[in-house]
Amino acid sequence: MSDLASTRIDRRRVLLGIGGTALASATLAACGGNTGRQSSSTTTGGEGKPAIAQWYHQYGEAGTQQAVERYAKAYPAAKVTVTWKPGDYDQSTAASLLTNSGPDVFEYGNGPTIDMIKGNQVVDLTDLFGDARSDFNDAILKRFTYQDKIWAIPQVIDMQLLVYRKSMLDKAGVQPPETIDDLVSAAKELTGSKVKGLFLGNDGGAGLMGGPMLWSAGLDYLTDDNTFGFDDPKAAQAFTVLRTLFTSKDLLLGAPADWFDPSALTQGLTAMQFTGLWTFPDITKGLSDDFGCVPWPAMDGGAKSVPVGAYGSCVSARAKDVNASKAFAKWLWIDQTDDQLDFATAYGFHIPSRKSLLSKAKTLQSGPAKDAAQYAVDNGHAQTPLLWTPKCQTAFTDMMTKIVKDGADPEKQIAACQTVADAELKRVTA
Amino acid sequence: MPDGGRRRAEAGHGLSAVTTPERPGRPSLARRLRGPQDRTLWFWVFVGPFVLGLLVFVYVPIAWSIYLSFFDAYNTVTPSRFVGLGNYVDMLRDPAFRSSLLTFIVFAAFIVPTTFVLSLGAALLVARTRVMRAFFRSVFFMPVACSYVVAALIWKMSIFSGVRFGLVNTVLGWLGRDSIPFLSVTHPPWYWLVLVTVRLWLQVGFYMILFLAALQRISPTLYEAAAIDGAQGFQVFRHITLPQLRPASTAVILLLLINAFQAFDEFFNILSTFGGYPPYARPPLVYLYYTALGSGQDFGHGSAGAVILTLLIAIVALVQGRLTGIGRAAD
Repeated sequence: MSDLASTRIDRRRVLLGIGGTALASATLAACGGNTGRQSSSTTTGGEGKPAIAQWYHQYGEAGTQQAVERYAKAYPAAKVTVTWKPGDYDQSTAASLLTNSGPDVFEYGNGPTIDMIKGNQVVDLTDLFGDARSDFNDAILKRFTYQDKIWAIPQVIDMQLLVYRKSMLDKAGVQPPETIDDLVSAAKELTGSKVKGLFLGNDGGAGLMGGPMLWSAGLDYLTDDNTFGFDDPKAAQAFTVLRTLFTSKDLLLGAPADWFDPSALTQGLTAMQFTGLWTFPDITKGLSDDFGCVPWPAMDGGAKSVPVGAYGSCVSARAKDVNASKAFAKWLWIDQTDDQLDFATAYGFHIPSRKSLLSKAKTLQSGPAKDAAQYAVDNGHAQTPLLWTPKCQTAFTDMMTKIVKDGADPEKQIAACQTVADAELKRVTA
Repeated sequence: MPDGGRRRAEAGHGLSAVTTPERPGRPSLARRLRGPQDRTLWFWVFVGPFVLGLLVFVYVPIAWSIYLSFFDAYNTVTPSRFVGLGNYVDMLRDPAFRSSLLTFIVFAAFIVPTTFVLSLGAALLVARTRVMRAFFRSVFFMPVACSYVVAALIWKMSIFSGVRFGLVNTVLGWLGRDSIPFLSVTHPPWYWLVLVTVRLWLQVGFYMILFLAALQRISPTLYEAAAIDGAQGFQVFRHITLPQLRPASTAVILLLLINAFQAFDEFFNILSTFGGYPPYARPPLVYLYYTALGSGQDFGHGSAGAVILTLLIAIVALVQGRLTGIGRAAD
């Protein structure tokens, strides 16, 4: 009974999320104790130093929280209070930016959203980069840039790529795929009675592989001028490959753990899997050195690709002291390269966002991990462009699902997606 | 409170208070506000906090979301650009939103009668049984205590897992059939089997309890009279039990309807993937969550969608009341 009641309240909260947000903000404002700020009347952290509230989402890896607290404590020019936020970080942070009790410096997945930038909720950080600008991963920096201004500093890079089991490929006499045609035939060769050739997620790659297929075909979500990027027969052809795989019975579907978990590969359910770099420690545990990785292969006229993403450190426009907050963000995420290296490699398995740190990262000096780090530099694409709003993404996933699962006509589906995307682009660029 | 002691005395000796002769002239304003025997005061002491909570956490948000639905409200809850019915027009023109509304009208048309019949059937069986009553009641009611999320994950990862060692696929394997990736394919739409069975499992017990309570309130003399008149079996059910269950049925159908349109938890947990939620079996609330009220923060369109959904629930509830006659004033 009580459970039924609580789920009903949950639904109501979604239905009325709007008012709920307003109230949550009001409540937060009223009890500013857990916002990481000093009381609202004081803006200094004692000894005349400014106080800065910094927010992180809850990282799963042990030791990360202690690490970021250590970095913050070491900052000489201000008193930095770290708030470690479990739960739905993106939404609670976005809501708190509407109020005066939000963070001064905060991380956000793939940088601030276009609506945050257009809504003047975050400040321009371009001048912090200086000479270091060219040292950051290009794909990520492009993702954080709008109208030639950079809106966040990349913290660490995560990536996705195609991982395979060497022994299974050797046994079947298959080479790691270089082209999409190779991939489709390899999936077939590697499929047996108990093992499937390829795993692209339980939805057959509808949710995950749309972007990589576009890059394979030499296209992108948006053109460089921020117009719709795949109104092209090549896109239809690329998406049709996923449909072919879906109906081929060579694709693993309905695995207990989805693509972001290495279980399907380590338990021998599949010979190749598109997954994240973060799975490498677990794969090594399960398969030792019996695995390798390649970028997602190319079609004619396209290029190999790996999706990359990064949490970006942003500065709120409502920060009590914007300049002090910017100075801290620069100190930690641009100047303190030792801390950046520690943050990227000592806890989880990530890639530092500065290219010059790759050679210093002990975890990335050999084997598949070394290859992967190089792919992130050479073949990296931001998962989705900045102007690709959640509404565009929903329309894109709808399109992919209908093409891959229902066998719908790709050109018609692309046109339907374009209708939504064009309207959104018009809105955000207005 | 200076007169607390006196009030306690009044509460303890209510009768003697009545016999106390009234003071001449009009009682003071405070006295009148407190009501006879402070009843008004105590009414507000007990009811006030709840009314306040209801007001602040339910009515204000509802009113605010209606207000927002008329504004361009990206990333703000204090919008300034009035767009009239623009958000409503946008939402109704959106084929994905229309399709989710239509899907859930069909879903409601199926799940409401099915749950109704199953829970009424379970209630009749449990009410009739002579042995192990408490056991059977508990068994049917137990799933209600299970979290929607937990049940959804069990259904998705264990029972209807797509690999060969999923529970259903193991059984299919014994019968010599191929494994079915239940949640990955759309032809045939196996995902409905997963969604409907988990919802029935979770809900039937609760409505069974409502029916059981109503069944026990039917006077045995009605059945005795019917037996004397020669009514038997289905006749008794048709002419005595069903009409007597009318108030309970009204409540059950209304709750089921609202629940069907507000579906979220098990759908979201079973069908959503890292990339998003597929365009089929997508409840309107899930669609709003992805496009407007989640990371999108497009409160104008989100609120308009929520208001449209609320109106739809009201209309469907009225229409079903008209069509079935259930809910008409008892004669």
